[in-house]
Amino acid sequence: MSVELDVFVGNTTIMDKEVYQLWLNGYTVNDAVKVRIEGGIMEECEASAEVLLSDTMDQYRTFQMCERLLHHPAKLANQLLFQIPPDRQAMLIERYYAFDDAFVREVLGKKLSKGTKKDLDDVSAKTGIMLKSCRRQFDNFKRVFKVVEELKGPLVENIRQHFLLPDQLARDYAAIVFFANNRFETGKKKLQYLTFHDFAFCAGQLINHWTVGAVDNMMDDMDVDLDKEFLQDLKDLKILITDKDLLDQHKSLVCTALRGKTNVFNEMEANFKNLSRSLVNIAAKLINAKDVRDFFIDLVEKFIEPCRSDKWTSIDVNLYLIHYTNSVHILDTFKHHGVWNRYMGVIKSCILRMYHE
Amino acid sequence: MPGKLKAKIVAGRHLPVMDRASDLTDAFVEVKFGNTTFKTDVYPKSLNPQWNSEWFKFEVDDKDLQDEPLQITVLDHDIYSANDAIGKVYIDIDPLLCSEAATVISGWLPIYDTIHGIRGEINVLVKVDLFNDLNRFRQSSCGVKFFCTTSIPRCYRAVMVHGFVEELVVNEDPEYQWIDRIRTPRASNEARQRLIFLMSGELQRKIGLKVLEMGGNAVVGYLQCFDLEGETGLVVRAIGTACTLEKISTLTSASTTHPSNSSPSKDMKDSPQAAPSTLGCRSTHSSPVHSASSRLSQGFSVSVPTLLFAGMKPRHKSSKAPRARQCRPIFGEEAPGNPLFSGPPTPLRVQTFSSFSPSKSYSRQSSSSDTELSLTPKTARIYLSPSSPALESESSPLPSAYLPRHLWPGMASRCTTPPPLHVSQSDTAILRKSVSFSEELLLAASGMGSGGSAGKDAGPLKALMRQQTQSALEQREYPFFTLTSFPPGFLLHVGGVVNARSVKLLDRIHNPDEPETRDAWWEEIRQEIKCHAKALGCHAVVGYSESTSICEEVCILSASGTAVILGSRFMQDGPLDTDHRLSRQPLVFSTGAERVEGDMGSSISLGFEEVAPPGCGFCHIPYDELNIPFPAQLTNCYCCRRYKVPDVLFTTIDLPTEANITGKGCLIQARLCRTKKKAQGEGNATAISNLLPFLEYELHTQLMNKLKLRGMNALFGLRIQISVGETMLLGLASATGVYLTALPSPGGIQIAGKTPSDITYEQHISNMQKKINDTIAKNKEIYEVNPPEFVEEVIGSPIPEPRQRSRLFRSQSESSDDVSELDLSYGKKDAFVLEIDDTDAVEDIHALLTDFPTPPGFYSCNTEIMPGIQNWTSAIQMFTSVRVFRLNNANLTNQGLNKIFSELCENLLKSFYFKLRSMVPCCLCHLNFTVAIPEDELIQVAVTAVAMSFDKEQTLENGRQSGDKTLIKAITENDEQLQFSLELNAELSSPNPLSSTKGLSDVSGSHLSARAHSVDYSSFADRCSSWIEQLRLKAHIIRRGSVKTTSSLEKASPLPEGRSRSLRRNRSYSGSSVAVVKMTPLSLLPGAKIIKYLGIINMFFIRETTSLREEGGVSGFLHTFIAEVFAMVRAHVAALGGNAVVSYSMKECVFMENPNKNQAQCLINVSGDAVIFVRESELEATSVQPQSATTQTSNGGEGT
Repeated sequence: MSVELDVFVGNTTIMDKEVYQLWLNGYTVNDAVKVRIEGGIMEECEASAEVLLSDTMDQYRTFQMCERLLHHPAKLANQLLFQIPPDRQAMLIERYYAFDDAFVREVLGKKLSKGTKKDLDDVSAKTGIMLKSCRRQFDNFKRVFKVVEELKGPLVENIRQHFLLPDQLARDYAAIVFFANNRFETGKKKLQYLTFHDFAFCAGQLINHWTVGAVDNMMDDMDVDLDKEFLQDLKDLKILITDKDLLDQHKSLVCTALRGKTNVFNEMEANFKNLSRSLVNIAAKLINAKDVRDFFIDLVEKFIEPCRSDKWTSIDVNLYLIHYTNSVHILDTFKHHGVWNRYMGVIKSCILRMYHE
Repeated sequence: MPGKLKAKIVAGRHLPVMDRASDLTDAFVEVKFGNTTFKTDVYPKSLNPQWNSEWFKFEVDDKDLQDEPLQITVLDHDIYSANDAIGKVYIDIDPLLCSEAATVISGWLPIYDTIHGIRGEINVLVKVDLFNDLNRFRQSSCGVKFFCTTSIPRCYRAVMVHGFVEELVVNEDPEYQWIDRIRTPRASNEARQRLIFLMSGELQRKIGLKVLEMGGNAVVGYLQCFDLEGETGLVVRAIGTACTLEKISTLTSASTTHPSNSSPSKDMKDSPQAAPSTLGCRSTHSSPVHSASSRLSQGFSVSVPTLLFAGMKPRHKSSKAPRARQCRPIFGEEAPGNPLFSGPPTPLRVQTFSSFSPSKSYSRQSSSSDTELSLTPKTARIYLSPSSPALESESSPLPSAYLPRHLWPGMASRCTTPPPLHVSQSDTAILRKSVSFSEELLLAASGMGSGGSAGKDAGPLKALMRQQTQSALEQREYPFFTLTSFPPGFLLHVGGVVNARSVKLLDRIHNPDEPETRDAWWEEIRQEIKCHAKALGCHAVVGYSESTSICEEVCILSASGTAVILGSRFMQDGPLDTDHRLSRQPLVFSTGAERVEGDMGSSISLGFEEVAPPGCGFCHIPYDELNIPFPAQLTNCYCCRRYKVPDVLFTTIDLPTEANITGKGCLIQARLCRTKKKAQGEGNATAISNLLPFLEYELHTQLMNKLKLRGMNALFGLRIQISVGETMLLGLASATGVYLTALPSPGGIQIAGKTPSDITYEQHISNMQKKINDTIAKNKEIYEVNPPEFVEEVIGSPIPEPRQRSRLFRSQSESSDDVSELDLSYGKKDAFVLEIDDTDAVEDIHALLTDFPTPPGFYSCNTEIMPGIQNWTSAIQMFTSVRVFRLNNANLTNQGLNKIFSELCENLLKSFYFKLRSMVPCCLCHLNFTVAIPEDELIQVAVTAVAMSFDKEQTLENGRQSGDKTLIKAITENDEQLQFSLELNAELSSPNPLSSTKGLSDVSGSHLSARAHSVDYSSFADRCSSWIEQLRLKAHIIRRGSVKTTSSLEKASPLPEGRSRSLRRNRSYSGSSVAVVKMTPLSLLPGAKIIKYLGIINMFFIRETTSLREEGGVSGFLHTFIAEVFAMVRAHVAALGGNAVVSYSMKECVFMENPNKNQAQCLINVSGDAVIFVRESELEATSVQPQSATTQTSNGGEGT
């Protein structure tokens, strides 16, 4: 005796959050049943393994049928096949597009290509996330990337509207898209200590301040690329390190301001020129795409690591950067205040975020 | 007279990619009605085309409007090759033909393809300008409203119930025509879909004509079925109840006068408890039947039916009638010495039988009627002559050339298995002859004049009325009603279930225009049902339904219903032939006790009548106490103490709203499998008809056992389904058990062993006994079955019960021991004995104990609403579930099969409880199981039901209240309820058709005036403004969400549409563009009021696949298909302007697969009523709205 066919369809589509999560995590039906049994649901609901299996199969089938729609979340709202209350729809979408930090950390900044997809089994092995789930997450990144790549207007808003994602998730996706688009290097050993959220924060800063959309909302350009003009202008900052007077003046201003306010004053004073050179050099090189990719590694190698070896606290870093930025405005020969502020604002918040003591 | 059908194709969306090169589609649309076709332009390279076509106009006959669907085909334009069809939409025009239903069809409808399923959606607009045809020879019946709902629809009032309408049309099944060999599956599926659309349209039109002839304007309880006979053809048949309905409006509901009824207000109270006296109650033991039954020795138990050799006819006349309580079946079997009947012969039999024999009952009948006749003159104003010609009587017709039957154990239910003779067609003719023959005999015999009582009543007028009803009813060909719930006062008495089955051999239908054979078959069955009803002393059958089961060329036709006596209030006045009237009297009031009462009571004023509790009237027996058609144990009603009630009552109807019940109800199912040998043709039919009686009998025994196990005494909504396959028969009986307060408490179940010598064996027995007792006790607790204890003391009426019974069951709560003992009375007889020496009995016991108890927080029933639960929340979840089991082991015994089948059903239920656990506390209502044997070794079970959650706290309270309330309270409460509902109805009244534009505002205006005095004005203003604000907001959102084109469309549409649309849109979630459509198999939505019925939904779909594995196997395929069917139903309802489907049912789900070829096919037929409902809370809000606000609503709708 065997069940040949077993189907349950509700007018309002019934979906169990727990099973949905198991499905998203890439469990097979049988594994999912095991997990559910271990979760004690049988005792709770007086259910048998048979019932659980039937229910799980049924839900899996429903999810599979829904998956097509979840690829275009806007369709979920005006499709007729499933009657799903709006709050459920939101839940489905949010969870479908949710990703594991461990996974995204592996893929962040990589090209979302078939090649990368082929390597997902390595990622799966490394992170312990099931391959199925890895593929889903990767495909989500790719799908979002493809859709917003060509769209005009603010990136986060585009993602939010096209994929009906909650704000935070939309921001995270913006970061992923932004990283993938600019191919920022995140995989180097020195960067391993950084979490996805660190990067996402930085991406947010970059998107908000260094793209075309950041300065001019009316511009028919995209949010995913850095503002070329701005990058060009960054070269002008070189004067801060090439002009000896300016460099000295700058140093004395910063040192005057910092004196007595920090325990690492001596190290600061000693390192000032090095640090300043590093920051300005990073700025000047950003016009080259390759150097853009190394942006984060440069920040870590050239600024964060020296500070850390000198045992600066993040308060110290903050203090230093504030005065470093502001002092420039007192230099009378320096003309590029706009560019400087735009540059340093982002650098400052990125460094602070990336500075783990 | 022509009507003008107008259609406009607006836009499409989510179309499939038809051109691989561009990933786009060049779509255009063909609109076809009858032979006329229009096309839109091609909208190139888009998956979301905007055609925005002109209005396509079809000038057609209204007959065609009823028959034909509007067919919309979406195609992909292809320059080089033939255009590819994307899919089709069939639109049933019928709802637009009735002025009170929908006025326009407008919305997104799924484009459906039989191979690919739903492929995008299309936005259409359809309207009809109709010039109604008043020609009496016309062929159309536009304007007749159809309702699937088996009660009077919520916003209507039945002015009159005309009665039964039926019709069937036949055709060849395109799937089996020669052409099917050369055409594609798609073409043949579409031919079939279209044909069935046409046939149901035609059927509906023909039924409509019959209704118009009867003077009605609506069909309620419309039940349409398909018989896919295969080679021999396709039958579409329908039955329904013709009514004259009137919209309830504030004006009309105020007056209770009914134009067609001579004495309306009185009739409402025309309850059988007219005479208040409790005098002269007779001991129930006085009847010979009882004494006969009391002679039953316990040793011969249920499973071994006591045999009666009727032996009067070569036809088998089987009247199994075991006592309800003792469940001692008495078989009348045609063939003496039939080896299957193995009951040990006892001297008892002959005696028992004699008390049953028709001849005997005849004599008894006449004797009772003699006394009756002497009485008759006493009652004033009865001008009927006592010498009546026709015999209504207890008419199990002696000349049983008539269809054979057997009575069901304990019940009024009977079932008939026609002998194999009937099977072939030639024999049908013979049969028909014999029918008429018996009728003649009936008439001849009528000279004997058994009248029945007229004079019991104090109010002679009422008696007269009843007679009128009766005569009017009986003159009808079939006094049947497909309704299952009724307005108060409609049902007077319920006799029991009547049931008839017949096995037929299918043969080719030669002339599709005159489906004589199929008609004749059903006529036979109906005649039989009518006869059974008469035998129960009833003149009408309610809750009537018909069904078939087909396997190869054998077809089982079944009909069942509940025999009742109806109140006259809703009946048409038939031509009053006085003679007939008397002769056709029911035997209701002819019992001795009541006669005495009648004498005494004649002096008592009518006012007293109202004291008679309405909650028990329907339980009182309609038949003569002295001539019970089957051995029932009668007691005095536990409510009113005046009339006789049976100990168990089975019905096919819903629990009457006025009924008094104790505790809650529960689903009770009897499941049975019987193997049979493979056979062909007549041999097969013979084998099946030989099996049927046993199957039915055992189903019945199971039902009875399970009922007792739950400590209940009545079944409602009984539905017995028998399915035939090549090697087995399946029987599934589902019903909702309840404890009717008016009926005596059921006895327990006692297990007896035959060989008591062995100690271990005895221990085994006592163990089982204990288990059973524990189960009963537990069930009583679960279902809160605590029979009221006050009965005897309060009423103080003589209870004829000697309390001599030795205590057999101790497990019941000790505190109520006395009561339970009283309730379990009747000496030793009430012990329902199961003897376990018999293998069948062992099986029975196992079956009893294997039923899985419903998990806490869940209840289940197959009636509309769970008796005993009141506080429904608005959360409902309708679902359909299908399971197919393969029996791998070919050599299964009956027991093995039974077990498997039972487990299958139990597991299904368990799955539901698990799936719906989030809704707890909740009740699964209207659990409708359909079993089929699609193939050898396959069992298919399909279930449609609705889960409704309720508020637990309040329920408990209410339960307590209802338990405590005294009779008087019950009455007053009932009155209050009635008034309340009237009031509500008035509130609900949807706009009357003439001024529909202003309807809503008028209504709300009237509410305002009616309610203003009770409204707190400050909060009122607040509420208003916030409400308006909300509306604006919604309207705004809608405007933004909707497609551009709609604005231009709506300009073209007249006002009422705008209003209805605005209503609908307001229902929808503001965030999503798809309106939420609720679906329910019930006729109501908890917490909501149905304000408008938009028309019937009757859809038929075929889905086929040649890539079964790719679509997720059979489950994936069917899952998608059912979801698609739901989606299409919802979309069509939304397009009509509705927000819910009520009385939804899946009539047919035929699934066939061929995994080797990677193919599967499925046919689904669904139906229901599209409605607009308003939440009660919102209704209140609307009712306090000033008129301006309402206008605003409509404006909002217009403006979109």
